[in-house]
Amino acid sequence: MKPGTTPYLFLLPYLAVFALFWAWPILDSLLLSFQNTRAYPPVWDPGVNWGRILRDSAFWDALRNTLLILVVQVPLMLILATALAVALNSRLLRARGFFRFAFFAPVVVGAVAYSAVFRLLFNQNGAVNAALGLDFNWIFDPVGAMVVIIVALTWRWTGYNAIIILAGLQNIPKELYEAAEMDGASPWQQFWYVTLPSLRPVLLFCLVLSIIGTLQLFTEPWLITNGGPGTATTTLGVYLYRQGFQNINFGYASAIAYVITLLALAFSIIQLRLFGRES
Amino acid sequence: MKRRLWWRSLGLHLFLTPLALLWLAPLWLMLVFSTHLETAIFSTPTPLLPGDRFWANLQNLQADTNFFRSLFNSVVVSGLYTLLSLFLTSLAGYAFARYQFFGKGALFFLVIATLTIPYFAVVIPQFILVAREAKTLLAVFVGIGVFSLLALLLAWVRLPLWARRGGWLAWGLLALAYLLWGVPAVREAMAFEFRLTNTYWAVILPALANSLGVFFMRQNFLSLPQSLLEAARLDGASELRIFFRIALPLVLPAMAALAIILFLNAWNDYLWPLLVLSDRNMQTAPVALGSLIGLTRVSWGGIMVGAVMTTLPFLVLFLFLQRYFIAGITAGSVKD
Repeated sequence: MKPGTTPYLFLLPYLAVFALFWAWPILDSLLLSFQNTRAYPPVWDPGVNWGRILRDSAFWDALRNTLLILVVQVPLMLILATALAVALNSRLLRARGFFRFAFFAPVVVGAVAYSAVFRLLFNQNGAVNAALGLDFNWIFDPVGAMVVIIVALTWRWTGYNAIIILAGLQNIPKELYEAAEMDGASPWQQFWYVTLPSLRPVLLFCLVLSIIGTLQLFTEPWLITNGGPGTATTTLGVYLYRQGFQNINFGYASAIAYVITLLALAFSIIQLRLFGRES
Repeated sequence: MKRRLWWRSLGLHLFLTPLALLWLAPLWLMLVFSTHLETAIFSTPTPLLPGDRFWANLQNLQADTNFFRSLFNSVVVSGLYTLLSLFLTSLAGYAFARYQFFGKGALFFLVIATLTIPYFAVVIPQFILVAREAKTLLAVFVGIGVFSLLALLLAWVRLPLWARRGGWLAWGLLALAYLLWGVPAVREAMAFEFRLTNTYWAVILPALANSLGVFFMRQNFLSLPQSLLEAARLDGASELRIFFRIALPLVLPAMAALAIILFLNAWNDYLWPLLVLSDRNMQTAPVALGSLIGLTRVSWGGIMVGAVMTTLPFLVLFLFLQRYFIAGITAGSVKD
């Protein structure tokens, strides 16, 4: 049977929105990054934003902060998530429902709500200092502020990744473990030689998602530390927001947006090259 | 052997229990703090059990932001978005799953490729479209033109003959758009303003281009037995009727999972509503709550009440419908 125009009609409403709000904006961002949008009307000036980005030390601070979170928080979270997923998948576990709820519940908590909670917990007079017997001003210390953001992100996203990894674990054929057991492999060896290699595509998926998420981190640093103290926790997302929507410089913000996009693409390609070969 | 398993089980629980309590602590303290005044929240030792000042805190919050209005806005925006997005993504997912048509592979690739493109790559033009003097129709034309050109470029590798024919169509569309745009009178007439700031539509419309939903619905429609749909077709049912009467009811459980995730994402969204909703009476709950956090004199008890009210319904829902949440979250990860 010939479908004729039917499939196109099914697709039309979605594709119209997609063309208007995704396809065109991707192109328009690039065009804007080559325009001086501080002039009215905006004028074509290919060097103005890209030249500025090279010289702008605040941009490089934001890039450095973002990459720091990427290098510290993402591996920490994924290792913890893998450990949790393996533990939650264990036959020996009792009170499984309780543990699943404890680790998975943050998945439903909105960024604003948990940012508020963590800002309050790490207040100088807050619960964390009270529990540890400290008088440390986390939010106003460059390292302390970064620690708070990393802790908050880890709390929110570890369970999310554990859910995905757990689904991956449950897809590993039981026969692989039976064979390994017959060969006398210890639980540790089973994890190392059966579980981890089988999880490779799922871990890769989590890694790509986490990196894209971290590159556009905005709400948590914006609400917990407001990017401070100074520029200590200003991420690329926060800097883009400041340039685009507080200074209303769409051209420069678009250049920053394209840096984020190119970084995301570069990381995805590197990961596929390094780890994706066999899957 | 049994003894060793017992030790291993003990180790597992000794590892997990403190960690689980640590993980629950922020949520528990959020609940506790919403029922205490500031002086109690900042006292040592920290209160660990609920107090009786919830109503006082709630009144503070309502006085600061008109929070009930914000909650109402959030419900309307998230609900409407969920319904519309379910409709659009299931239609598109059905087309990708059930029909063979020219450009299918390339179109699907384009839609899915946006999953790896950061949202920031589109947020500024989206804002210009919604809030500024957007030449909307030009955007539509160029968007569709770019889109079909890319689709054709990809399809060309496999279907040179079709591509040539389709290529003319795409080029024709683009040329038509530019020609029309070149006529000043047409340009004048088409450049109507698309100012949507401080409306519900400003929040809902751009988010409808949700590619994860399309992917998810496609997977579910693919798993239906083709013979069922063929039988209906032989009975002379129209394509739309087959979709609404046969295919859609069969994927309802999967749609429930998607609905939960769509609603939750819309409910918790912060950046976009912050950009397009400045009027206090139109703000969603996260935007209203976020506006309180940066202030110098803040009522932390009130903020915690807001956090509880935006979070607790979903925690309760999560307790009972965990399976659906998890199905939505793992949607993109497991390939068949």
